[in-house]
Amino acid sequence: MSAPNSPSMRTPLARVRNLGASHSGTKDFWRQRLTAVAMTLLIVPVIVIVLMLLGRNQAGAAQILGSMPIAIVLLLFIIASCWHMKIGMQVVIEDYVHGEKVKLASVMANNFFCIAVALASIYAILKLSSGV
Amino acid sequence: MALSIVHRATGVALYFGTLLLAWWLIAAASGPTAYAHVQAFTGSIIGRLIVFGYTWSLLHHLLSGLRHFVWDLGYGFKANEREALTWGALIGGISLTVLVWIVAYTIGGGR
Repeated sequence: MSAPNSPSMRTPLARVRNLGASHSGTKDFWRQRLTAVAMTLLIVPVIVIVLMLLGRNQAGAAQILGSMPIAIVLLLFIIASCWHMKIGMQVVIEDYVHGEKVKLASVMANNFFCIAVALASIYAILKLSSGV
Repeated sequence: MALSIVHRATGVALYFGTLLLAWWLIAAASGPTAYAHVQAFTGSIIGRLIVFGYTWSLLHHLLSGLRHFVWDLGYGFKANEREALTWGALIGGISLTVLVWIVAYTIGGGR
């Protein structure tokens, strides 16, 4: 039963089911692990790609970055990392920022930052791949 | 061992370090002048320190994260196991960072 003076007719169980303190259930918990495993699988190829580019000029780097398997590995890594860091920073904000308005603004800024970094990086790789 | 805060701190460092990765990709897509700026920065002493710190943060966060994954699966909660996982992440992260940088210098990244 809900509290006697609560305006809601939903039971406490119905309100908390699939949600909990984060208001978004366990989706972020799962995605945090999903992206973590993805990056664990991708880290060796990514390090090899970065090492391949050392000491090369822009033309050499652009040629390597534009090749299809390398572009795909980097795209997967960027998507996984930006998603992972969006969730991670949101946890940090929820832990340390207590004012509700500042918290909402911080969470929003976090989303903007991660999406901007992801899209800028993705755009750069697609541009290199298309050779424009 | 209070290493969970290091996991969080390296995560925050990587969050902002991603700007360096994005800058580098955008520069490569932009042209020789922009790419030369990135290389001038990453070749400088301060730039190398930042990239070295980024390498360690990445590899430490990776191993420390795998430690959390072991715990998520329900293993490694005994005191000696927790200690071993934590020291493994700490020593492994430093060792792998040094290894990556030795390889980088060997293949000519130090030029």
